[in-house]
Amino acid sequence: MLWIPAGLALALVVLPVVGLLARTDYARLPELLTSSASLNALQLSLVTAVLSTVFCVLLGVPLAVVLARSRSRGVRVLRAVVLLPLVLPPVVGGLALLFLLGRNGFLGYLLDVTAGIRIPFTTAAVVIAQTFVAMPFLVVSLEGALRGAGDRYELVASTLGARPWTVFRRVTVPLLLPALGSGAVLSFARALGEFGATITFAGSLEGVTRTLPLEVYNQAEADVDSAVALALLLIVVAVLVIAVARPRAVEGRP
Amino acid sequence: MTLHAELELTRGSFSLSAEFDVPPGTVLAVLGPNGSGKSTLLGCLAGLFVPDDGVVTLGERTLTRTPRLLVQPHDRGVGLLAQDALLFPHLSVVDNVAFAPRSRGASRVASREAARHWLSEVDAAELADRKPAQLSGGQAQRVAIARALAGEPDLLLLDEPLAALDVDAAPAIRGLLRRVLRAAGNQRATVLVTHDPLDALALADHVLVLSRGRVVERGLTRDVLSAPRTPFTARIAGLNLVVGVAEEQGLRTAGGFISGIPAPDVAAGEPAVAVFSPGSVAVYPEGEHSAGSPRNTVAAVVGALEPHGAVVRLRTVDGDGWAEGLAADLTPAAVAELALEPGTPVRLAVKAAAVAIHPAFGP
Repeated sequence: MLWIPAGLALALVVLPVVGLLARTDYARLPELLTSSASLNALQLSLVTAVLSTVFCVLLGVPLAVVLARSRSRGVRVLRAVVLLPLVLPPVVGGLALLFLLGRNGFLGYLLDVTAGIRIPFTTAAVVIAQTFVAMPFLVVSLEGALRGAGDRYELVASTLGARPWTVFRRVTVPLLLPALGSGAVLSFARALGEFGATITFAGSLEGVTRTLPLEVYNQAEADVDSAVALALLLIVVAVLVIAVARPRAVEGRP
Repeated sequence: MTLHAELELTRGSFSLSAEFDVPPGTVLAVLGPNGSGKSTLLGCLAGLFVPDDGVVTLGERTLTRTPRLLVQPHDRGVGLLAQDALLFPHLSVVDNVAFAPRSRGASRVASREAARHWLSEVDAAELADRKPAQLSGGQAQRVAIARALAGEPDLLLLDEPLAALDVDAAPAIRGLLRRVLRAAGNQRATVLVTHDPLDALALADHVLVLSRGRVVERGLTRDVLSAPRTPFTARIAGLNLVVGVAEEQGLRTAGGFISGIPAPDVAAGEPAVAVFSPGSVAVYPEGEHSAGSPRNTVAAVVGALEPHGAVVRLRTVDGDGWAEGLAADLTPAAVAELALEPGTPVRLAVKAAAVAIHPAFGP
């Protein structure tokens, strides 16, 4: 009799979306979606989410390799730390970033005094917040793939005379590509939906830090129809991500 | 180049202690059951682990001298061929084989050219443009051999290279390995790790028998396998070997003819050995001619009877033709029924289907 709870679970996922679709004012939809505030938010969201995904890949791949391949004991502790943003409420993450990089944070103060750089409440802050919350998705999916594959191909490559960097470039990374694809898609989706850390660390300035989720929240107070239209847009983007990239984690394949 | 290794290593409750030399152009087989320390030994040679105490030298170079790994795996000039081919799935066959030359700095064109040369050496030139996923197990292992050889290693390590192949593919790959390992003029030292005495017999000059991390026996392959001096070796490797010259359907020996099934790489007129297990030898009372299917019968005299697990191993001391020093496994009931004891004349019978004929080499 699993189908009763299974049906309930499915309803829990599908019905809210149906509710949203039912509530949408289709006549005003084009007008609502093409308002300058909406377009600004959409553009900002896409740009920052792409940038965050790039940073996740550049930083997350080496991190996953180190975590999966290192034999030292301290690495186990490190792995738990990497998972922190995954379990931490995003608002807490945003606060933490603020107290590191804000004007009173020790790194923020250093940057301000030495280089005149202020990060909070800029687009850079949005990208940092999104990378912070999205990177664990990439690292976890890559690390699992690396552990599953083992290091046998790498050992063979090294006996064939490949130096460690060559092994990484010509064997480790190409073998990781499928997992990297699904990890990157998950990170992108998470970055696109980021709200809590962004609003705490970067604020909500139109065209600078107000991404789509923030715009939805903003409009929910003022113009519900507009908020619903934007929400619909986010759903369409999410469905596109699943359809186009079909991450293996989403399809349930190993 | 000569490989010299002295290894002492303890991992938990397991310990390994071995010392050996492999002269250039020769093959040493390390024979032992699973868990006897064979793979650990290869790992020490390849530079994957540092032994607790030991030295590995290859020619003039000292690769490991505890406590330090002096030469990293990628600088050792060591080729490794494992049980699974482990071809890089994202590269075509030719690029797999070109991997080693490319890693050593050859240009893309030159390394592909070298790869095609090595592929033709292993009769796999037509596979060059395929992906590893499109190969059978035997084809993949052929390509893996080419890939290991393309690195022109001074030391070649073979880790159960035939264990993962199906029965049809194994003889052809064994024959291929024989050809490339024994190619005239090569200066490579080869260490073959296996649990199959047949691999050792077909490929190796010398054999070293490992039990629980200790060397229990070593010597010329044929001597060790045909006349094991320890019960352990007899149990894992006790085979009957008869030397002679290969013929169409068997082996011509000094004292007669043995019918058997020749391996694919046996050429008539070449030196060869007939191999059969003690379990496939039937024993009859003297004078009683078996009229059944066994093609090979020979008169012999019981030399010794020793318990061997659940069976009794009979060894002959004397006999017509090729019956000298053969082993036969019998149940205790059969020994009692035939009233066998040292000195009893008997007649041995071996089915031709149980006899494999392999090329012989070495002294």
